[in-house]
Amino acid sequence: MLPGAARVLADELTRTGNPSSLHASGRAARRVVEEARERLAAALGARPSEVLWTSGGTEADNLAIKGMFWARRTQDPARRRILVSAVEHHAVLDPAFWMAEHAGAELVLLPVDHEGVVDLDALRAELEAHGEHAALLSVMWANNEVGTLQPLAEVVALARRHGVPVHADAVQAVGQVPVDFAASGLDALTVSGHKVGGPGGTGALLARRGLELTPVLHGGGQERGVRSGTLDAALLASFAVAVDEAVATRETVAPRLAALRDELVAGVRAIDPTAVLRGPADPARRLPANAHLTFPGCEGDSLLYLLDSAGVEASTGSACQAGVPRPSHVLLAMGVDEDTARGALRFSLGRTSTREDVTALLDALPAVLDRARAAGLAGRATAGSGVA
Amino acid sequence: MRVLAALSGGVDSAVAAARAVDAGHEVVGVHMALSRTRDQFRTGSRGCCSIEDAGDARRAADVLGIPYYVWDLSERFEETVVADFLAEYAAGRTPNPCVRCNEHIKFATLLDKALALGFDAVCTGHYARVVERPDGTRELHRARDAAKDQSYVLAVMGPERLARSLFPLGDVASKEETRREAAARGLSVSAKPDSYDICFVADGDTQGFLRDRLGSRPGEVVDASGEVVGTHDGAYAYTVGQRRGLALGRPAPDGRPRYVLRVEPVANRVVVGSADELVVDRVHADRAVWYDEAPADAEVEVQVRAHGAPVPAVVEAADADRVRVRLTQPLRGVAPGQSLVVYAGTRVLGQATVTASERATSPARATA
Repeated sequence: MLPGAARVLADELTRTGNPSSLHASGRAARRVVEEARERLAAALGARPSEVLWTSGGTEADNLAIKGMFWARRTQDPARRRILVSAVEHHAVLDPAFWMAEHAGAELVLLPVDHEGVVDLDALRAELEAHGEHAALLSVMWANNEVGTLQPLAEVVALARRHGVPVHADAVQAVGQVPVDFAASGLDALTVSGHKVGGPGGTGALLARRGLELTPVLHGGGQERGVRSGTLDAALLASFAVAVDEAVATRETVAPRLAALRDELVAGVRAIDPTAVLRGPADPARRLPANAHLTFPGCEGDSLLYLLDSAGVEASTGSACQAGVPRPSHVLLAMGVDEDTARGALRFSLGRTSTREDVTALLDALPAVLDRARAAGLAGRATAGSGVA
Repeated sequence: MRVLAALSGGVDSAVAAARAVDAGHEVVGVHMALSRTRDQFRTGSRGCCSIEDAGDARRAADVLGIPYYVWDLSERFEETVVADFLAEYAAGRTPNPCVRCNEHIKFATLLDKALALGFDAVCTGHYARVVERPDGTRELHRARDAAKDQSYVLAVMGPERLARSLFPLGDVASKEETRREAAARGLSVSAKPDSYDICFVADGDTQGFLRDRLGSRPGEVVDASGEVVGTHDGAYAYTVGQRRGLALGRPAPDGRPRYVLRVEPVANRVVVGSADELVVDRVHADRAVWYDEAPADAEVEVQVRAHGAPVPAVVEAADADRVRVRLTQPLRGVAPGQSLVVYAGTRVLGQATVTASERATSPARATA
């Protein structure tokens, strides 16, 4: 957590007061919440009234998909199609699938190219054929696994022609690339606290004024009646400070991380020329702190274990609730085959990452790859003994 | 040593891992995901064997302070254990999937992968004892608690794999002791019920599972003389010695209960008869695994069922692949496909897979 955000959290936690109450402590809490709202809005180019607090990115994505769908379909019953890119985070994909199964939606998965960029021609064709049936479109600002930045300006321009509201999950983008809600032309945008060094359990949906949203959580009517639930002043104040700080320091932090990332990728490819960088080759079209590579012949979970033993923490991409590593839907959508996708590893650099960290990884990597390749063969169908 | 502790999510494997940590080993916990449904996009209702089990395994690893990983061995499990299970039933035999899992998954794929990653051994919560000889080789013995002993399903691994295995629970006096130890260690799985069913038959309905996967194949139930006495939906669903579930149109002439004597998969026929006709005193088995030299002309004990009692026997012939034993005390209903495990006292000499059984001597009183 960012030190400033932690300090604010600790300070505010000692106060009491429900921001919805009218007594003095309630008013004090309300002031904290509203100042946080103003601070977050200012950092992201939004108006304070456009900020809807949520419990995190997942809830904000659910509110966007479900709330926009129901509201748009109520206005125009013909609009039942939900358009999402095939590489969305599960917090977008799964509500979209759920709406198709349970709420009468028709799901359209938009294809991506081999770099993970949404196919604008396919989007254009879909909108031209069925634009009057589209309820909403959701395309993420930046992909959480392979770091691809999406061409949102073009996406928004296309959607607008057909009167289709657009949501973007920007959880990965805030603090990494410039995010300006007003300039983006988006109708809704998801941000999350813990990804920017704020507290877990915090998030927000920025929703353009005038965007109709049907509530998902019903209750006391907080947040314009769209998202009920008692607000936690301490968490929100800390969240806003974290976003503010992440955005304010982006211009110095991002180039440093991008340089480290380039060093990491170059070093890895020098050690293993068969390793493939996934996502855009052009560094300007990917997140600065993300490096995603596939290592042929290796299982991601073997790499994870071996690197962890060597003191390097990486990630294979995504895991289900039980933690079973599966081939990433993002890589599969990019046309990577299943076996190759199993050898994926994502390195995320953070504000505290140093050149020494990259050197430590590169020092450990040759032995790790040797072992992982041997184990990869052992784990495959040809292994074992005495198979009848 | 660097030890990979297989964590099922149950109490036994958790306590075994804890004991490995206590013994000073560098322990890493691995939960094997053995079944799944393929679905690219969804996170909901995934087919991980049991999300609860995986969660319990993770929690145990956290309490022990050891790293935890999930390894997806579901493809291999389907190719070996499940495929073998279906093929064996389809061939009229009675497989033991736990034996096949130990043979192909736990002490093969898992162990091989562990060794390749730099581990020295795999640790499981099986109840069996390993005794090291002065020359460093190892013997597999029954567990101290005879009621929990699992040497029968482990015997298939053979000596090389035994050399890379740890069974820290071989010495516990009873399952209750394991549970008490789990509670004392703060392991939340201490009171978790034991699992008895076949793990990949989720609802415990083996017949239904076989019918789903093998399809319905109606046929005749006949007695030893060939007379038709009933019908069935698939001969594969019957096992030698089975009495329940036989839908026989009319009672036997002598009015005594009838049992499955034989399953004939090609003719799709189930042969039934009296309990006396089930009695055998000679068993043939192949795919033998021996811990030392194949025993010849030796007086031993053999066990032919996971929960059956051992009976005295004489090894009439044995080589690297096959074994023939004569039961000093005849048995009722020895099903082809089951493991025949040969013991000298508590020590496992070896095991093989039953291919046939017969009555070599004149009828005598048998035990079931």
